[in-house]
Amino acid sequence: MDQLLPLATVVPLLVAAGISALNRFLRPRRRILDAIGIATAVAVTVMLIVIMTRAAHGDSVYWFAGFRPSHGIAIGIDFAAGPLSAGLACLAAVLVSAAMIFSWRYFEQVATYYHALMLTFLAGMVGYCLTGDIFDLFVWFELMGVSAYALTAYRPEERGPLQGALNFAITNSVGAYFMLSGIALMYGRTGALNMAQIGRYIARHGPDRLVLVAFVLIISGLLIKGAIVPFHFWLADAHAVAPTPVCVLFSGVMVELGLYGIARVYWSVFGYGLGHRQTVTSAFLALGMLTAIVGALFCFRERHLKRLLAFSTISHAGMFLTGIAVLTPLGLAGAAVYVAGHALLKAALFLGTGIVLHRLGSVNETWLHGRGRQLRVTGAIFTLAALGLADLPPFATYLGKGWIESAAATRGFPWVTAVFIISSVLVGAAVLRVAGGVFYGLGDPPSESPQLAAESSEETSETEAAKQRTPLSMIVPAAVLVVAGIVIALLPDLGPVLQASAVRFQDQAAYNATVLSGAHISHPGAPFPPENTGVKAADLASGFGSAAGALLLAFLALYWQRLPVLRRGFEPGTGLVQPIRRFQSGIVNDYVAWIVFGLACVGGALAFAIR
Amino acid sequence: MTAAQRRWLFLAGAAGFAAFYLWGLTGLPGFGNYPGPYGDIINRIAVAQTNATGVVSAVNFEYRGFDTVGEEYILFIAVIGVSTVLRQLRGEREREARDEAVGRRVPPTSDAVRLLSLVLIGPTLVMGWFLASHAQTSPSGGFQGGVVLATSFILLYLAGEFLLFERVSPIDITDAVEAVGAGGFAAIGITAVGLGLAYLTNFLPLGSTPGAVSSSGTIALISFFVGLEVGAAFVLIVSELLEQTLLLRHRS
Amino acid sequence: MQVFPFIVVAWVLAVGLYGIVTSRHLIHQIVCLIVVQSSTYVLLLGIGYRRGAVAPYFSDIPVHTPAVDPVVQALALTDVVVEAAVTALLLSFAIQAHKRFGTLDPHELVQLKG
Repeated sequence: MDQLLPLATVVPLLVAAGISALNRFLRPRRRILDAIGIATAVAVTVMLIVIMTRAAHGDSVYWFAGFRPSHGIAIGIDFAAGPLSAGLACLAAVLVSAAMIFSWRYFEQVATYYHALMLTFLAGMVGYCLTGDIFDLFVWFELMGVSAYALTAYRPEERGPLQGALNFAITNSVGAYFMLSGIALMYGRTGALNMAQIGRYIARHGPDRLVLVAFVLIISGLLIKGAIVPFHFWLADAHAVAPTPVCVLFSGVMVELGLYGIARVYWSVFGYGLGHRQTVTSAFLALGMLTAIVGALFCFRERHLKRLLAFSTISHAGMFLTGIAVLTPLGLAGAAVYVAGHALLKAALFLGTGIVLHRLGSVNETWLHGRGRQLRVTGAIFTLAALGLADLPPFATYLGKGWIESAAATRGFPWVTAVFIISSVLVGAAVLRVAGGVFYGLGDPPSESPQLAAESSEETSETEAAKQRTPLSMIVPAAVLVVAGIVIALLPDLGPVLQASAVRFQDQAAYNATVLSGAHISHPGAPFPPENTGVKAADLASGFGSAAGALLLAFLALYWQRLPVLRRGFEPGTGLVQPIRRFQSGIVNDYVAWIVFGLACVGGALAFAIR
Repeated sequence: MTAAQRRWLFLAGAAGFAAFYLWGLTGLPGFGNYPGPYGDIINRIAVAQTNATGVVSAVNFEYRGFDTVGEEYILFIAVIGVSTVLRQLRGEREREARDEAVGRRVPPTSDAVRLLSLVLIGPTLVMGWFLASHAQTSPSGGFQGGVVLATSFILLYLAGEFLLFERVSPIDITDAVEAVGAGGFAAIGITAVGLGLAYLTNFLPLGSTPGAVSSSGTIALISFFVGLEVGAAFVLIVSELLEQTLLLRHRS
Repeated sequence: MQVFPFIVVAWVLAVGLYGIVTSRHLIHQIVCLIVVQSSTYVLLLGIGYRRGAVAPYFSDIPVHTPAVDPVVQALALTDVVVEAAVTALLLSFAIQAHKRFGTLDPHELVQLKG
């Protein structure tokens, strides 16, 4: 058994406990503390790269405390890591490393708490990705959640972080309890907590109402974490106020982990038994498309930099869910590469926002107009990342979008391409508008309402001193992340390798055999056939098209007051967005009401179709 | 949304959700008919395999020990979160924990409360210790014992001796004890890895009598560390809350 | 009787959620969250129960006596203690929110919206 698997989770936990125990000694020695944090994150990244390469030909399975399964019954907990799971954990570790490097020396430190919180957050994410036991999944889900709540409220001297943390904590806790209820129901039926064992039982006995209800409950907890409409309201509140390195993790990886959970729970536990693939695809596709559009519309209207990026994350989350929803290997591979590309680029954007906050002290787009001219490198990074977010080739995002669109078309949903292009154009235009306005002073500052001025001017600086030059520890991670966003797409054989990993992820029989019997399956087979992953003309057209559209829309947004055609006294698109903005009320009572309503709709729809 | 609209939205959703949930719950084997097999297998083999007669603790610290590591760290990180959020901020100052008005007569705590609290401190401490160290025999364990241990410290505050409570449980030391408890559990697992076994394998001698205090190998040791951590965690929570309420004041 | 505890589970969950949605006081809202979690405890323990069986502690009874499921008891046990700490975290948010906003009404605790 590969001893690296538990170490990847436990090493950050041990280091977090260690630095807390040595609190008195480490508190004044900032550099040692930072170095320990960065070293641990990098070590975990390396461990996960090794795990990922070792898992390429078969899931790595690890049984804790030496309790191996017998006769198909598992009495211990296992880690079962395939290349996709380990890859996602590796992405999490990379982002944590980048965040820790970014917070070197200048980030306002509170004793050893920040480093302990970040390392525990990392451990939770890694454990969540690697585990093969459904209650263990819940435990790491909770650990991720609680660290995230504490990190959101990191600066309780402002009002925003407290609102964000409370809304985040209450909605995600409700989601966690739904998930636990679903797990308990499955335990009541099967008497097992191991995903492979439960999956085998359901595949043998077929779906019934208990299995369906359990599925919906578990999925709703994950949908809340994954910020899918109408469970998404908490994300904008939390992202806008968390410290920059924390936002990097939230947008880059935490939301995506919710969606990974949906894929994992579907493919390793419920997929084969539940059947009715067309219904499942339609339901989740609808949710994904709705989320993509709603997120994009809110994103375009926003003036608070971090909140703008948060809404764009919601929009992309919808697109990732679409990739998972089509249920083909190409769709899943597309979602995987899209997640990777988006994570790297979004992280770079958040780091860029952090640099702006450090040097200029604000995240209000209207106030910042033209003031970022001396931040040339940051401006270049920001613009490149914005173009990547608009799916310009050769960024990894363009690959992901193209594959998901092809997969959707094969399954009979060709209009997904149109929705993707609209969403990418809106999101890309919003970020390009920010890049052009803040860093190059193009056009006119966007309009501002008094409420927006109040909310974004409250965000005071989160770093100390040294504002004349941007420190290398802030610029280098951002630059490296953007470059990585391009390099990933250029890796040789990326398509076939990712799709093969997706096929393995989707073969439940092979997974069961590997986990419960230790069998080695060399040729896994998924329910839908793999497709061509080569560069297609349609993908290139879609990518260049949405990038061009985004540039045009950004240009219009910056110069609309000077163009005679549009100068009618109001900003284009206002009437469209105004009515839906009232839904994002900031009151957690509303959010929970929507969660219950959404859950009833999803449950009711699936119950009617799968009886 | 107005409050009325919200209530209607929720009631519509809740009606559908409740119907859905009940529809699923009725698919469970009825109350009292647990079908197994997980619990039955563990009940059969636990005592022989681990020499612990308290099967729930065996499940917590051995069969599903890795889950418990995660849960323990949730506790740890929640308390670190409390310390982060309730810290002294710029613009606040911490009053010294001393008697501010020496001449004024303190409104007395009820004699009954004082007496009962002071008298109970000793037995509660012993009870907590007993619970934390007997995980493998009886319905006890680190979690329960830790909470009772924390209660014994909090009884000091209840007896009216806040200053003594502060001095007996200084935040730095309680923090360190909590970290040692959390890290200790994870470290026991790592020691197994160091010995070439799977993480958290029970590598200590199991003892001869099932259910004796010195039996069951790592279960007893883990329970001790968990007791330390949980006790320190709850003392820390109460300390932080009291410090926030009684000592931190806005800088005027 | 076979299904009554599970009806209680659904009821407690619904009541807790209703409390959160209609609450005008943050502390009340956080306690309603505890109520929601309590429904999961009842569900877990109800699932593991076996009629006529004893508690799974074999220090004074023979090992093969029918006992209830120890796994759900272990899960519920750790969950209860962890929930207390997470509630403490939420309450600390509430304390600071009261200091910043001057109120604990969820309708007023809004800095960002739209």
